[in-house]
Order: sequence, then structure tokens, then C-alpha cells
Amino acid sequence: MSAHAPSPNAVYVYEVPLRIWHGVNALCLIVLAVTGYLIASPLPSVGGEASEHFLMGYIRFAHFAAAYLFTIGLLFRLYWAIAGNEHAKELFFPPLLSKNFWCGVWHEIRWYAFLVKEPNKYLGHNPLAMLFMHFMFVWGSVFMIVTGFALYGEGSGQNSWQYAVFSSWVLPLFGGSQSVHSWHHLVMWLIICFVIAHVYVAVREDKLSRQSVLSTIVTGWRVFKDDKP
Amino acid sequence: MIESFYDVMRRQGITRRSFLKFCSLTAASLGLSPSYAATIAEAMENKPRIPVLWLHGLECTCCSESFIRSGHPLAKDVILSMLSLDYDDTIMAAAGHNAEAIIDEIVDKYKGNYILAVEGNPPLAEDGMYCIIGGKPFVDQLKYAAESCKAIISWGSCASWGCVQAAKPNPTRATPVHKVPGLANKPIIKVPGCPPIAEVMTAVVAYILTFDKLPTLDKQGRPQMFYSQRIHDKCYRRPHFDAGQFVEHWDDEAARQGHCLYKMGCKGPTTYNACSTVRWNEGLSFPIQSGHGCIGCSEDGFWDKGSFYDRLTTINQFGIEANADAVGGTAAAIVGAGAAVHAGISALNRAKHVDSKQPGAE
Repeated sequence: MSAHAPSPNAVYVYEVPLRIWHGVNALCLIVLAVTGYLIASPLPSVGGEASEHFLMGYIRFAHFAAAYLFTIGLLFRLYWAIAGNEHAKELFFPPLLSKNFWCGVWHEIRWYAFLVKEPNKYLGHNPLAMLFMHFMFVWGSVFMIVTGFALYGEGSGQNSWQYAVFSSWVLPLFGGSQSVHSWHHLVMWLIICFVIAHVYVAVREDKLSRQSVLSTIVTGWRVFKDDKP
Repeated sequence: MIESFYDVMRRQGITRRSFLKFCSLTAASLGLSPSYAATIAEAMENKPRIPVLWLHGLECTCCSESFIRSGHPLAKDVILSMLSLDYDDTIMAAAGHNAEAIIDEIVDKYKGNYILAVEGNPPLAEDGMYCIIGGKPFVDQLKYAAESCKAIISWGSCASWGCVQAAKPNPTRATPVHKVPGLANKPIIKVPGCPPIAEVMTAVVAYILTFDKLPTLDKQGRPQMFYSQRIHDKCYRRPHFDAGQFVEHWDDEAARQGHCLYKMGCKGPTTYNACSTVRWNEGLSFPIQSGHGCIGCSEDGFWDKGSFYDRLTTINQFGIEANADAVGGTAAAIVGAGAAVHAGISALNRAKHVDSKQPGAE
């Protein structure tokens, strides 16, 4: 697993299962967003006999398969928050009651507003990132899983477990299938916004902050660029 | 002695043969095995007819029109004999005070045994003054009749969900039956649709008579046997959807070939009804079969879900007419542009920072 520290300033942060999850999860999100968009706005019509094609069927299959993988991945990630190292729980349990945490958030906001010259050092995620990941990614994903399975249960029928567990209460809650579709679609865009910000900030921090970011998610090692506290 | 449904039908000139056909048809549409046709026939012959009080609130009478225009003469006669005899202000012979007296009579005579069928809904604004029947607000008549009924059937989307008169901004506060405050606590069967399918309506009443209980309802209060599947799941054009063959314009080749109407805004994938199985006018056709997408008329608030011809719902909260893609795409573009600008400023700052840090470098 963790071979040798690449430098004396390095700390092992992301363990192997977590890095695999991150990669699989990213792929799932791409597949889900692309196929989801194509389900709402399908590709140009194909010609010939219906029996010769299964385009929409394959797109929907990819969406459902990726959705299952995504859900199982998130459940695994929740397990890993407990089984993994101390950094693994930040995603699910940000220290929202700690005053120190909110001071960190405020510091990060000023850092991104160009008001602070020197960034802080963080072993795991910086507090602002933790906040965004928790509320946009985790809760956004839970919302997508619940509404997604509710829509899936419509197709699998009223005797399916998906219908019993999700559709039966989600559809009346939103006032019908059409509204659930709209919300599922809107939150897709919310997650896309998160991904754009997430990737941009990761690249920016890698260049400007005092620690490695991009290489960390690949190797697991957080390398600090200086010895100052 | 109270007469049976069979007595009424015979008096209307329906032959026994036709009566038995009706029983088989009803058993089939309820999803029961053929042996139940005999059970239904026996119930129809021997049990006293269920009196039905049919009230009209704010509505367009399309539910009644659906019955009397039913292509199936047998079904039509059955419906008329079953439902309209006691009180239905559109088709009954009596008028004025005589007609209104029938309501009191039924309420007294059949206390706790009659079915209250409601077509349309009461407007609650201005104490219900937007719908006056016999000099009184409809909401009062509804509450009075509901007090002693056995069960309420909400016919059509008006009674079930509110329909067009309850669409935003709903100036008269038209309110579906189950949301009327102060209404007696009775079981409510929603039979939504604008209008509902005639065969579905008779089958619901036949079920109550035959089995002495209300049909199984889903979470939203609709009979499960007719509203448990989407139009889309039983649509005969579904293979074209799975293949990715869509009508893109009303006059293109795909439209002539009868391909999927998804891109033309068909609401089949989000609508629960029996149109694609029972169909309309003696099983002749239904909207999608005639080349137009489903408009989702049996769904809650279908008037407020945007155009009939768009898949994506219009979202009015954002001031201008938008849909999920317009809202989300704009948000993503703003975040992306924000990131780009931020990156530019960051790079500039860094360049300055490096310059000032190493003054002697140049």
C-alpha cells in the first residue's frame, strides 16, 4: 500500500480503496451526466426498422448501470469513512460545530478573494472544500439516488423493491413523476457546477498552495512544499 | 324492495346476452380471471343497486360527455342505468326545486349507503360564491352530501387534482375534493383524467358492488388496477422509443411511420392511466395512436407543468420562462466563467508575487 514516503514533508492521506472510489465515482458521474442529458434530449432519430436498433435502450442501460455503481460506491465510501483513516471521515462528517473549522472557512474565503497572501496548510481537505463537498456532493448525490431510484421504480413496476422503497413516497412528495424528472435534472446541473469548481480549485491549489493536490489523489501522499508551520 | 342493477338494465331494454357480455368485459378490465364474470353477474342480479349521487362543481362536463359519447352502446347504457338515475344535473329529467329535492331524498333514504360521485371541484374563495347551485355555494352541497355517503368518487382531474380551474394563479381557489376543509372523513377514490375513460368508471362501480369493498388504491388514492402503470410502459410505440426513433416534426417521415412522440413532448413516460391498454371509444384509439403525444391529463397539476409539446418542464420561478437545461446550463456557464476569471487573477497575482519576492533576480 504505502511504500515509502516520497519526501520527509509527506503524509499519507488517501488510501488505495479511497483513490479507486474517487476514480470510479468520477467516471460514473461523467456517464450519468452525459446519458442523463441524452435521456431528456435524445440524439437525432435513427432510420430503418425499430428491430434493428436499441440506441435509447443502451443509453438508458448505461445510465442505470452507472447509477447502481455510483450508489454502491457511495455506500462503500460511507463505510470507508468509518473503516478508513482519520481523513476519510471529513467528507461525511465535517466538524460543523468546531469554531476552528469556521475560522478556517473564513480564511479560505479570504484566500479565494485574494485578500490573504499566504495560504494555510491542511493535511486533508481545506475547510471550505469540506463544506462544499459535504453539502453539494454528498447531499446532492443522496438526492439524485433517491429521486433516481424513484424514477427507476416507475419502470420496474409497483411490485419492485425500488418502487416500494423510493417511488411510493417520492412521487407523491413532489406531486408526480414529471416534477421528480425536473428536479433530478436540475440537481444534475448542480453537481456539474460542483465538478467544475472542484476541478478548477484542485488545479489552482496544486499550483498556488503550500501542498500537493493533484498528485495526492493519484499517489495518496500529501507533500508539503515548505517547512514553515 | 330496492331494485338491482340488472332490473334497471332490463328495463332499459338491455338483453341478458348483452348484460353477460358487460360482466365479462368488466371482469377483464379489472384484471380478474374469467370466472369472476359470473360473480359480477350474480352481484348485479341480486344485490340492491348502489344509489349514486352525481354532483357537478366547477367543471366542463367532459366526464359526462365521455360517458354519453362512449362508442360502445352497451357500456353507455350500462353507465346511464348505473349512475344517472338518482341525480345528475346534466342528464336528469327533473329541474329546479324538484331536482334539488332529490338530493335530500337520497340522503335521507340511503343514509350511509350511497356513493357520492363528484365531477368538478368547489371554489373556496369568497365563501364559494364562484359556483352556486340551487342558490347555495357548491361547497355547501358537497359537504352536506358527503356527510352521509358511503364513499366519495372523485371523477376526473378536477375533483382529483384541481385541473384547469386550479391552475396557477387559481383566482377562485378551486380545490380538489380531498383537500376541502371540513369535509366528512370518507374514503375517497380518485379517478383522474380529463376526462377519465368510461370503462374505468363503470368498472370501479361494478367492483364496489360485486365485492362490497372499495378497489385497492395506490399511494395517491387511485384504483391500482387502472393507474398502476404509465402510458409509456404499455404504449404500442415503445419499441420506437427504445430504438431511438423519434418524431422530430409533425410532418416528417417518422410521424407518418408512427414513431415515438417523446421529442414532441409526449407525457406518456410520466403519466399513470389506462389509455394505452383500455383505449377510448370501444378500444378504437387513444391520443398517441392518433398521432399526438399524451398531455398527461390524469396527473396532478398538469396545466402547470409547461407546454404540452416540451419534454422539459417550464420553470417559472426564475422570472423568465426557462427549463432545467436553461437554468442549469446558465449556472454551469457562470461557474465555468467564474473559474476562468479567478484563474486569470490568480495567475496575475502570482506573477506579481514572484516579482516582488525576488527583486534582485533581474
